[in-house]
Amino acid sequence: MSKKAFLSANEAAAYGVKLSKPHVVSAYPITPQTTLVEKIADFLANGEADFKYMMVESEHSAMASALGASLMGARTFTASSSQGLLYMCEMLSYVSGSRNPIVMVDANRSIATPWNIFGDQRDAMAMRDSGWIMLFVESGQEALDTVIQAYKIAEDPEVMTPVMVNIDGFTLTHTYDMVEIPEQEEVDSFLPPYNTTNKMDMKNPKTLCQSVGPDFHTEGRYLQQKAFEAAKRKIVSVNDEYAKLTGRSYGGLIEEYRCDDAEVVLVATGSVAGTVRAVVDEMREAGKKVGLIKLRSFRPFPKEYFESVKDKFKAIGVIDKSISFGYDGTVFSEVKSAMYGSSAKMANYIVGLGGRDIPKKMLEDMYNKLFGMVSGKNEAEVQFLGMRWE
Amino acid sequence: MAVNLKNLPDEELLYGVKTCQGCGVTLAARLALKVLGERTCLATPACCFAATTTVYPQSSIFVNNAITAFPALASTISGMAVAAEALGWDEDITFLGIAGDGGTVDIGLQALSGAAERNDNIIYICVDNEAYMNTGNQRSGVTSYKAWTTTTPTGPCSKGEKNRFKKSLFEIMAAHRVPYTATASVAYPKDFMEKVEKAKNIKGCKVIHVMTPCPTGWGYDPAVTVRTAKLAVECGLWYLAEFENNEFKFNFVPKEFKPVEEYLKLQRRFRHLDESDYREIEANRDIEWNRMRKRFA
Repeated sequence: MSKKAFLSANEAAAYGVKLSKPHVVSAYPITPQTTLVEKIADFLANGEADFKYMMVESEHSAMASALGASLMGARTFTASSSQGLLYMCEMLSYVSGSRNPIVMVDANRSIATPWNIFGDQRDAMAMRDSGWIMLFVESGQEALDTVIQAYKIAEDPEVMTPVMVNIDGFTLTHTYDMVEIPEQEEVDSFLPPYNTTNKMDMKNPKTLCQSVGPDFHTEGRYLQQKAFEAAKRKIVSVNDEYAKLTGRSYGGLIEEYRCDDAEVVLVATGSVAGTVRAVVDEMREAGKKVGLIKLRSFRPFPKEYFESVKDKFKAIGVIDKSISFGYDGTVFSEVKSAMYGSSAKMANYIVGLGGRDIPKKMLEDMYNKLFGMVSGKNEAEVQFLGMRWE
Repeated sequence: MAVNLKNLPDEELLYGVKTCQGCGVTLAARLALKVLGERTCLATPACCFAATTTVYPQSSIFVNNAITAFPALASTISGMAVAAEALGWDEDITFLGIAGDGGTVDIGLQALSGAAERNDNIIYICVDNEAYMNTGNQRSGVTSYKAWTTTTPTGPCSKGEKNRFKKSLFEIMAAHRVPYTATASVAYPKDFMEKVEKAKNIKGCKVIHVMTPCPTGWGYDPAVTVRTAKLAVECGLWYLAEFENNEFKFNFVPKEFKPVEEYLKLQRRFRHLDESDYREIEANRDIEWNRMRKRFA
């Protein structure tokens, strides 16, 4: 039987790591990731786990040593945040290009300057094209469950692609909730040991992470793209399998909440989806036909889903905790592109930057703005909400 | 610990390399692999050595091998060594890293410091050709004083590299109290191979800094790589030493240094120098040797 504990999302993720039984964890501390790597150190100190823990001198080395370990066929974990993620950026493409299924947690935090330790998603979104699968979670429970699922997705022979599990800094990483911790046997039955031929081998020596020139390069990148297509299916099937085991489902790539007859929906990524859920319930009570699309997988992006609902809703708003300066919010531009030709009104709300709170009232305003657009009111496509001078 | 040259295996674990003729790096790597044998897992950063040995669909290296990022050699092989332990691999397997001088003393120094401090079970060989040769001869932290490189060009306002002393990787590693570190030269193959052999039999982080002349970058006849490397030692511009059990030791001290111009005049990168430059370089050499003698004695 699984047991329940009162945990922060960082601690919950650490349980997910422990239950996945990695061989090697390497990490370097950075706020707000620290309580995760501390919890892992506690597991070892208490004799609750027995993997190798590398305390490296930087995030760059954290990811490089994870790569080295993965090249040996080891199941490997690391975690970082913000500037640390940017610092290991160089290694992210080494890992993904050489098809090493490392799992990492990014405790989402803003990026400098200005120096800011609080949550938004600018760090992860800056890594959009690193070749990593990028999943975002809504709760501590989902963080634990997604770390375990991430190994199953990453290590699938058709996928063989690293996974970044994104947990909103402070809002989730330092917020406590009741979390169900599965039994080890349960996880073992779900997640088999990592087995690969993509590793060093004393009987049959391998050349890995090889230099590849123009004559073969494109084919390798094509195969990476195919792997992401396979990951789209795998993320869904792994979610379903996990749901059968634990009773907890997160929808796979996306989760629709009260969308069936909705006229106006918001797309939310990460912890804010939880607040949107509450607002949807309240507005539904008042008779407003609103819904939530929770985007769980940013890469691979569920393009086919958004294509399929392009004429389903009257208006769609996208909440972004990041912005690609000179264009749109990062998620919005993807949604808009996937829904090309849609008859729906669309708007992008840039909120929550540098840890700014996103209260329910703000989300309600978004829905009302969208209803206004449906009734013919003109609104700017991209809006920063809750500005001090408003 | 003695290496018997007669007993070295004929088998080559490095051949078909696309380096320039007379490449000192290839010589060092070949000798090291002769000593370490096939039970070796190798990694290199992006560098000359990787670019000439490891381009798909070919490889000149006959042991397990991977290329990693320029700053990341030490951390990558650390991860390999730690994973091997976690996975229960045989203990006699050597985790070897080979990187150039730029990849070691400049961009790779932080990762190497981390590996040294953790004392991960690796052998790290820095093959020093005194500049970023893979990118076409730009200066590094160990480029010789007054050497011409493409980023220390000579002209009315420049006599080449301005830094009087090479960054001392050997002493930096000793300051980490690694179990073993040494300097070596491809002109002294027995000394070098014995150092590799010694490193193989010590657990922990071992670092060997070997001088590997580059005919292309330095501008000399590829036939005289070994002679050039030997002159560097005989003129006192390079040295052979070890640090073990917390003690320094010179392996070879010339009775009398040859005039530095015997070494410098062989190379195009020093052709702008005159008599006063030679004497200045000699004075620097003496300062460095006096300092090392005090420290190592």
